[in-house]
Amino acid sequence: MNNSQVNRIKDTAFKFFAIACTFFGLLVLAVLLYDILSKGLTRIDLDFITNLPSRRAASAGIYTALLGMIWILVLTVIIAFPIGIAAGIYLEEYGKRNRFANFIEINIANLAGVPSIIYGILGLELFGRILGLGNSILTGSLTLSLLVLPLIIVSTREAIKAVPKSIREAAYGLGATKWQTIYSIVLPSSFGGILTGLILAISRAVGETAPLIVIGALVYVPFAPTNPMDEFTVLTIQIFNWVTRPQAGFVTNAAAAIIILLLFTFMMNGIAVILRNRYNKKTRF
Amino acid sequence: MKITKATLFIVLIAFLASCGGGSSKKASGTLSGEIKIDGSSTVYPLSEAVSEEYRNEESGVRVTVGESGTGGGFKKFSRGEIDINDASRPITSEEIELCKQGGVEFIELPVAYDGLAVVVSKENDFVDFLTIAELKKLWEPEAQGKIKNWNQVRASFPDQPINLYGAGTASGTYDYFTEAVVGKAKSSRGDYNASEDDNVLVKGVSSDKNALGYFGLAYYENNSDKLKLVPISANGKPGILPSQETVSNGTYTPLSRPEFIYVNAKSADRPEVKSFITFYLENAASLAQEIGSVPLKPEVYKLVQARFDKKVTGSAFGVGRSTIGVNLTEALSSGTK
Repeated sequence: MNNSQVNRIKDTAFKFFAIACTFFGLLVLAVLLYDILSKGLTRIDLDFITNLPSRRAASAGIYTALLGMIWILVLTVIIAFPIGIAAGIYLEEYGKRNRFANFIEINIANLAGVPSIIYGILGLELFGRILGLGNSILTGSLTLSLLVLPLIIVSTREAIKAVPKSIREAAYGLGATKWQTIYSIVLPSSFGGILTGLILAISRAVGETAPLIVIGALVYVPFAPTNPMDEFTVLTIQIFNWVTRPQAGFVTNAAAAIIILLLFTFMMNGIAVILRNRYNKKTRF
Repeated sequence: MKITKATLFIVLIAFLASCGGGSSKKASGTLSGEIKIDGSSTVYPLSEAVSEEYRNEESGVRVTVGESGTGGGFKKFSRGEIDINDASRPITSEEIELCKQGGVEFIELPVAYDGLAVVVSKENDFVDFLTIAELKKLWEPEAQGKIKNWNQVRASFPDQPINLYGAGTASGTYDYFTEAVVGKAKSSRGDYNASEDDNVLVKGVSSDKNALGYFGLAYYENNSDKLKLVPISANGKPGILPSQETVSNGTYTPLSRPEFIYVNAKSADRPEVKSFITFYLENAASLAQEIGSVPLKPEVYKLVQARFDKKVTGSAFGVGRSTIGVNLTEALSSGTK
C-alpha cells in the first residue's frame, strides 16, 4: 500500500466517523421524540390545554402553566432585549479598547457560564425580598432577564462586528453622525444576527426551572395571571411535578406537556429562521 | 416596517390582557381573599386535592400551592410570606427559633399518614419478612462495602448479591427511613442506587431480581403488579404489611409517619383561612385515600379541629422529638392543655 492509498482510507474513515457522530445526535433525539410522542400524543386535546391543574390525571390541564410561561417570556423579552442590545452596541461601537473593556468582556463571558440556580438566589434576594416584588411574574422575568442578558449581549456584538467597515465609512462620508449610522445602517443590517441571539435566549428561558423554583414559583395555581404582580407557575415546573407523582396517568400528562413545550420551542426557532432569512435577503453588501 | 412592529406589539399586549378574562365563571360562596400554601412535596398532592375541591365551595378564594420542600417552606413561613406550610416532619427547634424571630406563631395540625414500603422484585421468592434489626444491619453506614449478599442479612437467605435502591439524600423519605431504621437521621450507607424520584426506584426494583428498595406506600400501590411488598417486623412482633389499615391504626411501625400542615396563627383569624382549614380537615380523609396517602382516624380529625378552634400554638412534638411510632391521639390531647 502506498502513501496515497493510506491517505484515501483515512479520508473515508474520517468521513464515516463524522457521519456516525451526526447520526448519534439525531438518534438520541429520535428516541426521545418517539418515547414522548408514543406516551403523550393521544392525551393532547383542547381540554388538556384549557383545564386547570387537578389531582385527577385525566382531567388535569396546563392552562395556567402555559399562560404563566407566556407571561414570563414576553416580560423577559421586553426587559432583556433593549438592555442587551444597548449594552452590545455600547461595547462594540462606543466602548474604548482598554483594560476596563477587557474586564467587562471577560465578566460577561463568565456570567454566561454561571449556573442558573445562582441567578435564582440573586433574584429571590434582590427582586423578591429587597425590592419587595415577592414571588410574582415580574420577579421571575427580571431573574430570567439577568440569565439571558449575556447571551443577547454576545450575539449582538457578534452581529454588529459582521457589518463591514466600508459601509459605516460610507455613512460617515455622507455626513451621518455616529448615532445615525448605528440606527439606520448598522442595526438594520445586523438585525438578523441579533434576532437569532434573542430567539436562543428565549429558548433557554423556556427550559429554565431551577431559578424559578428558587424565587418561589408555585405548582398549583388555579387562576390565570392577570398582571405582572400575580403569582404563577410555568410548564416546566408542572412537568417536573407530574413525573414524580405515583399515578401512571400523570406520566402521560407529563409527556403531553413536553410535546406542547417542544412545539413551542420549534415554533420559536421556526420564526427565528424565517425572520433571519428575510433580513439577510434585504441586506446585501 | 415600523407599523408592523408596532401592530405586533399591540396584538401581543391585547392577547396578554385577554388571558386574564378566564375567571368570569359564576362565583359560588361568599368569601374572598388569598391563601398561600407552600412546603413538602409529600404533602403537596393532598393540599392540591383539598384546594381543588375548595374551589367548588368558595370560588372567590384564591388558594395557591407550592412545593419548595418542608425546610424551604418553613423559611418562608417564618418570614410570614405564606399562610400555611406543608410538612412531612414536625418543625425543628431551629425553625421554631426562626419563627420567633419573625414574630410568627403557628398552629400545628396533623392531616394524614404516610407509610414507607420496603419492596423486593416480584421474582424474589425467599423474603417472607424482614426485621428492623436486619434492615439496620443492611442500611447502616458500617454496612458499606461489607454487606453485599442476601445471606449476610439472614443465614437462611441464598448466597446471591443484593442490590439496594433508596431515597436520595435531599428527600424527606431518606431522613425518615434512616431515623426509623438506623436510629439516626441522615445516617446511611452510601453505596446504593439513590434517587429523589420514587418512580425511578420503582423501575429499578421491578427490573432487578436481587433488588431491595424503599419508598412511599403510594408508589407501591400504583405499581403493585410489578413489586413484592415485604412485611416488617419490629420488637419481636410478627411481620406486618403496610396498608391503609395498618398504617392508620398504628400497627405498621416504625415505617409510618404523620404529615402536617402548619398554619400561621395570624392568618388563622381571617375568615377564608378558617373556612379553608375546616374544609381541609373535613375532607382530608376521603381525599387522602384518593391520592394514595393514609387518612387519620375520624376521632383524631376531631381532636385536630378542636386544636385549631382553640388556636393552640406551638408543637405537640416537643423540640426535635421524633414522630416514629408516635400516638397522635395522646400527643394531641397532651398538647391541648
